[in-house]
Amino acid sequence: MLKNDPLANILYVDLSKKNFWVDNRQDLFEKYIGGTGVATQLLHEECPKGCDPLNAENPIIFAVGPMTALFPLASKTVAMFKSPHTGNLGESHCGGRSAIAIRMAGYGAIVIKGSSDTPLYLAIHGNRVYFRDASSLWGISAFTVGRIIRENEHGAGLRTIMRIGEAGEKLVSYSCVTTETYRHFGRLGLGAVFGSKKLKAVVVSGKRSLPISNIKQYRKVYDEIYQAAVTSPAMKKYHDLGTAENILPLNELGGLPTRNLKETRFEGASEISGEKFAEHYLGRRIACTHCPVGCIHIAALREPYEDEAYFYKTSMFSYDYEPIYALGSMLGGSDTKGILKLMDQVETVGLDVMSTGVILAWATEAQERGIISGKETKGIKFNWGDYNAYINAVRLIIEQPNEFYKTLAHGVEHAASRYGGEDYALSFGGNEMPGYHTGPGAHIGVLVGARHSHLDNAGYSADQKSFLAKKQNSPEELAESLLSEERWRQILSSLVVCFFARGIYKPDIVLKALKSAGFDLAIEDLNRIGEEIHKEKYRFKIREGFSLDNLRLPKRIFETPSPLGKLDEKFIRETIEYVKKTLSTVGV
Amino acid sequence: MRLVAEADRCVGCQNCMFACARRQNEVGLSKACINVRSIGGLERGFIGVVCRACDDPPCAKVCPTGALKLRAGGGVRLNINKCTGCGYCSDACLIGAIFWDDEINKPMICIHCGYCVKFCPHKVLRLEKKEAIEHAQK
Repeated sequence: MLKNDPLANILYVDLSKKNFWVDNRQDLFEKYIGGTGVATQLLHEECPKGCDPLNAENPIIFAVGPMTALFPLASKTVAMFKSPHTGNLGESHCGGRSAIAIRMAGYGAIVIKGSSDTPLYLAIHGNRVYFRDASSLWGISAFTVGRIIRENEHGAGLRTIMRIGEAGEKLVSYSCVTTETYRHFGRLGLGAVFGSKKLKAVVVSGKRSLPISNIKQYRKVYDEIYQAAVTSPAMKKYHDLGTAENILPLNELGGLPTRNLKETRFEGASEISGEKFAEHYLGRRIACTHCPVGCIHIAALREPYEDEAYFYKTSMFSYDYEPIYALGSMLGGSDTKGILKLMDQVETVGLDVMSTGVILAWATEAQERGIISGKETKGIKFNWGDYNAYINAVRLIIEQPNEFYKTLAHGVEHAASRYGGEDYALSFGGNEMPGYHTGPGAHIGVLVGARHSHLDNAGYSADQKSFLAKKQNSPEELAESLLSEERWRQILSSLVVCFFARGIYKPDIVLKALKSAGFDLAIEDLNRIGEEIHKEKYRFKIREGFSLDNLRLPKRIFETPSPLGKLDEKFIRETIEYVKKTLSTVGV
Repeated sequence: MRLVAEADRCVGCQNCMFACARRQNEVGLSKACINVRSIGGLERGFIGVVCRACDDPPCAKVCPTGALKLRAGGGVRLNINKCTGCGYCSDACLIGAIFWDDEINKPMICIHCGYCVKFCPHKVLRLEKKEAIEHAQK
């Protein structure tokens, strides 16, 4: 890397001692590029073995990469922590203005350690760090706290405001951190780690120039990437209908989880489709910083007040495929207004929308089957598609007035271990399922993925390829394809570029772009580094007790047919066995 | 030619800000002469803060050293050698379009070159011929 690149600077903040310092860690960036590669090493360094994720010892790590602020679509920040949801590796990615703000403030990574006794928020403006009292902000919604901080801090247009809602404060294990109102570090409970530290928000801003190896060459590579980004058909879908475009094709395919995956086709799919949302609700499209695509779709919902005629409020919510799946088909609801109102509730308190939907779906089926009753639910009658009930339930997950809601606040696996119904508690590796029942690849991918996310290795994409080719891979082939995809994605998330741009950031482009940032690497180096980062993540996971043996597979996935037919447990176990074998050959 | 913006179309991607820096052979944002920010929250949309090539620019009028001169076609030209960095121009610009170079303590102002237009993916920015309006003669 270039000697004078501020990327090597890591800002350490200690919330217990209210102090901060900067270390130059060129060693880490030289070896692991940035983003997820560097964050994984920092997690090894900072997170003590076996620590309680909600204890002061658990660090929060944010990392960006050498492409950040240099090239378009390098717009993501990687957050790393020990997850209070799974008790293991916690990793979540977010866009908005977060990545550029951290890079422009002069850092490649920020490590937040310790814990405060009283609520505070951090204001990081370039090389200045302020510990601001947040007593007056505690209990305020994730929307409103952003508005207040926006008024109190400088750097408009050049800053990120990461914050939590009540879910994080109440330590709900799947609470999120929201940035710029509409983007999230959604999965695995970073919000609760913030909450446990009494950290309400982190605002980061900055403005600087960055070094480059050869400006002429850089501008050439930049133009090439930019042109590809604005002309490539691969980016068009994100721009037009957005990810919500996937509702109809997945439904047609029979891969859209419906009513807690009792079915995979939803009769109300057309009502909740990307087309429908665009036609009736799309109010605005926005973009992350330095991304020409603008995939963030914002719905405008106009609602009348019931107590007064001609009196309305208009609220804006971002929607995507996953929230529509989780709060729509998974809950058997096609009432788009209901979905948007539930989304509003989820956003206001700051929960991960995917986990929330899956948990509510489990609760609905559990009540349907009579394993829980009105006694547990405090009188709520969960019915498929009854959004008033769901909105009230979210409120109770935050308030946790009884054992049942306290249990729901720790995820579906926890709830099922207490009340039963494991067979239809749809979590994989402890994380609630994403919106794909496309075949074995989707579920295996999430199970073996380092962060139990569909984005780890895109198993659903492997399924789609099998479907199109009309040929199911062998367990060995599937294992190999998932692993190689996940290893390559370690590179993308170390740079850190948006996965939506994976069709543009092919190896040759990545190498050219890295050269501008002073990284003289070959394709073999990228493959080696990708494999190494993946291994390092698994090293952490195993240290914290993860094992590929005896992973829980909810029976439901074998009952409901996928587009590739009924799933076979033996096939899945064999594939996992191959993953294990392959990992052991590289020393995991 | 002068730069004009149709801010309602803006998605807030800020590619123009990076483009402005790149045109000056810089990487990052410290030399950008355009700023895109939300109107108090992303849900309400964006504004692009950039020199609008006033017919009778106050920045030039208040410059005590004559460092800012009217540019043919719109906007102003900065003679950096004459500029003392007093900041009067910045105070006089109500829209905040005088950006500041902290390294050399001098203003940075859009020169209406139109490079950013090429990197505006949603046709927010465009170059337009400035019609001559002679305020002084009215």
